[in-house]
Amino acid sequence: MMGEPGTQDLVRLEDLEASRQLTGRKHILSLLVENKPGVLARIAGLFSRRGFNIDTLAVGPTEDPDVSRITLTLDGAVHPIDQVTKQLHKLVNVIKIRDMEPDGTVAREMALFRVSAAVESRAEIMQFADIYEAKIVDVSRRSLTVEVTGSQDKIDSFERMVRPHGLIEMARTGEVAITKSRPEH
Amino acid sequence: MRAADALCEALKAEGVEHVFGIPGGANLPTYDALYDADLVHIQARHEQCAGHAAEGYAKASGRVGVAMATSGPGATNLVTPIADAMMDSVPTVFVTGQVRTDLIGTDGFQEADVTGITLPVVKHSLLVTDPRQIPDYIHEAFHIASTGRPGPVLVDVPQDLSRAEIDYTPIEGTPELPGYKPPTEGNIKQIRIAAKALANARRPVIYGGGGIVNADASEEFREFCSSDRLPVTLTVMGLGAFPAPHEQWLGMLGMHGTRTANYAMDEADLIVCVGARFDDRITGKLSEFAPRAKFVHIDVDPAEISKNVPAHIPIVGDAADVLPKMTREYRALNPDSSRLEEWWKRIRDWQTTYPLRYEDSPDSEIKPQFMVEAMYEATDGDAIITSDVGQHQMWAAQYYHFTEPRRWLNSGGLGTMGFGLPAAIGAKVARPDDTVVCLAGDGSLVMVCQEFATAAFHNIPVKVFLMNNGHFGMVRQWQELFWDERYKSVEMGPSPNWPKLAEAFGWTGMQCTDKSQLRESMQTALETDGPVLLDVHVTKDENCFPMIPAGAAARDMVG
Ligand SMILES: Cc1cc2nc3c(=O)[nH]c(=O)nc-3n(C[C@H](O)[C@H](O)[C@H](O)COP(=O)(O)OP(=O)(O)OC[C@H]3O[C@@H](n4cnc5c(N)ncnc54)[C@H](O)[C@@H]3O)c2cc1C
Ligand SMILES: Cc1ncc(C[n+]2csc(CCOP(=O)(O)OP(=O)(O)O)c2C)c(N)n1
Repeated sequence: MMGEPGTQDLVRLEDLEASRQLTGRKHILSLLVENKPGVLARIAGLFSRRGFNIDTLAVGPTEDPDVSRITLTLDGAVHPIDQVTKQLHKLVNVIKIRDMEPDGTVAREMALFRVSAAVESRAEIMQFADIYEAKIVDVSRRSLTVEVTGSQDKIDSFERMVRPHGLIEMARTGEVAITKSRPEH
Repeated sequence: MRAADALCEALKAEGVEHVFGIPGGANLPTYDALYDADLVHIQARHEQCAGHAAEGYAKASGRVGVAMATSGPGATNLVTPIADAMMDSVPTVFVTGQVRTDLIGTDGFQEADVTGITLPVVKHSLLVTDPRQIPDYIHEAFHIASTGRPGPVLVDVPQDLSRAEIDYTPIEGTPELPGYKPPTEGNIKQIRIAAKALANARRPVIYGGGGIVNADASEEFREFCSSDRLPVTLTVMGLGAFPAPHEQWLGMLGMHGTRTANYAMDEADLIVCVGARFDDRITGKLSEFAPRAKFVHIDVDPAEISKNVPAHIPIVGDAADVLPKMTREYRALNPDSSRLEEWWKRIRDWQTTYPLRYEDSPDSEIKPQFMVEAMYEATDGDAIITSDVGQHQMWAAQYYHFTEPRRWLNSGGLGTMGFGLPAAIGAKVARPDDTVVCLAGDGSLVMVCQEFATAAFHNIPVKVFLMNNGHFGMVRQWQELFWDERYKSVEMGPSPNWPKLAEAFGWTGMQCTDKSQLRESMQTALETDGPVLLDVHVTKDENCFPMIPAGAAARDMVG
């Protein structure tokens, strides 16, 4: 039996809503890409052409030699992440994209800091390093080089701690991320 | 076999019969293979036009168009048609020669990084690094170019690799591409919701575009639109998907669309977009675009959905799959057609108050709109019409009432002047039994007039009806309306003697300057064998109206 014309079975237009564009938080996108010439140029080109700004980008091999992983972080307050992933998906060499759930993800970044370390401040910097579970990897008369691993926030905070002492140089890898394994029952 | 021969075999296995191109050092092996291959090579006179011809071929037939060029300048000359094919989603494969592998990266003679240069304007590109890839890449290129949202694919073939010996057997089925899975079927739940919303809409508009043509889904589209008295409008790219003279037809929408179509969009409560991409020529000022409407958006490319206008009911899928399901779901709801009564009354009002119109000349002067109407009559509305870019393009869109898809070939997205003649050549090659007429602009045609030679040499009997207004008319119009009549570099100056120019290339050249002669001249041109140019002198300073000024809202239409 067909419905009466105009019954409540129909969808009321007032009830329709368009999905929200901006999420307002940081996103980590993990891409599996074919290890082919020019893949990185395609991705970088797409971002510049569409006006998307990448905060960090890390590229490396995976367990499969034909596949590389690219980890990107972007600001979901500025960019419609949905549009970014859909555009990325159109690249033929991009196999898979995961918009990592913050709660279900282990994300790590590594950074190297060369900090000026006069004799009087040396102990304090080493103390920071200790608190941050960082390693001193190079020492000279005037400076210390510290390796820190952790979340982006942790590295940001370490940077804030040592900056007053004189940050000579900093190198950061950008985050890489992997999903947490589900708890086994 | 030699890899270059395998390349030709692969093209044939893909069903190719014609390729357009120009040879040179780096693609000599391919041309040597073409010497024996059972393929017709149309020798263009500029690579850009080889590319546009391939586009015309594809747009007219729905098959993949193929263009070839040598490395360096040959390849860079292809950039414009590649970008054009990207913007208008035209299934095309471009095969370029590249310098020898040992020269790549050394600034070798005629080396240009064409994969790099074209990266932002290709659907995909493949740089051959091993001769065995050559036929495989051709198959991949065809698969990618023709499926999902169609587009241009570039295959760059280094000279030495195309001379290598390889084993080749045509692949069976479709190539395995782990990162390429274009969607086809629309989600039935979404389709059901869309149907239920539409059945409740009181002021719906169906807004269709080039995607319907791409999908060869005009029948399905008509079926869907006629499942109720749904008002229909189309973009420039969609023209022909719905018959222009039809009681549900509102006319084209957008910058030079009808007031009726644009006002209907403005007041609509539900807009069903089918295979169109909310281009800024449609939306105008985005914040004031269709402010009362909810949107159903059907597109095969998920990235189009909510790109410019947020969709309330997104449906990702091929229009050919989605439309019949929509029709079924909608009909099953037994919608109450009388709810559209008020809406149609309003639409009919607009139609009577604001028909498309122009003031005809009292004397022998030929108005450009009149010229298009004469063309429509002379061809019984049944020709394949290609056009260049400018006022004449918009007048053709307004006054040539297309009733079938793949009959209107133009450059919409990139707006490439000079598209018309080469596209006509490609279309005529693809559909030799159809009448193919290029409505050219005098500014545009001179950019590509060397292609008279191509048509003459291969005896491709296209007809060029030149709308000669002595100006870059569209730019002149903008300077008049929006730049205080400060005309700069828009006059064409001393016009070439067009009929003589055409004759110099072996064409028949004709001219018409009198309205009373026009239909007869056109008739004669159409009946004359071989390629014919008809130079029609029209009003020099006519403006194309109506018009939504760039960045304005539909309500602000002028003219
Ligand atoms: C001088 C000038 C003036 C112009 N003025 C106007 C104007 O007044 N009005 C106007 O309309 N245009 C105008 N244009 C053209 C305009 O620039 C755009 O090219 C045009 O509006 C785009 O048409 P479209 O939305 O149909 O998209 P197209 O570019 O044709 O894109 C097709 C869409 O369909 C999708 N699609 C493809 N295949 C399928 C499939 N199988 N199933 C489902 N979806 C599919 C694609 O993903 C894409 O989103 C003008 C151009 C010029 C040069
Ligand atoms: C290759 C290219 N260069 C410049 C433009 C900008 N432009 C758009 S329309 C136009 C004038 C076209 O003149 P004509 O072909 O005579 O057509 P008309 O507008 O007079 O009908 C120009 C220069 C363009 N679209 N394409």
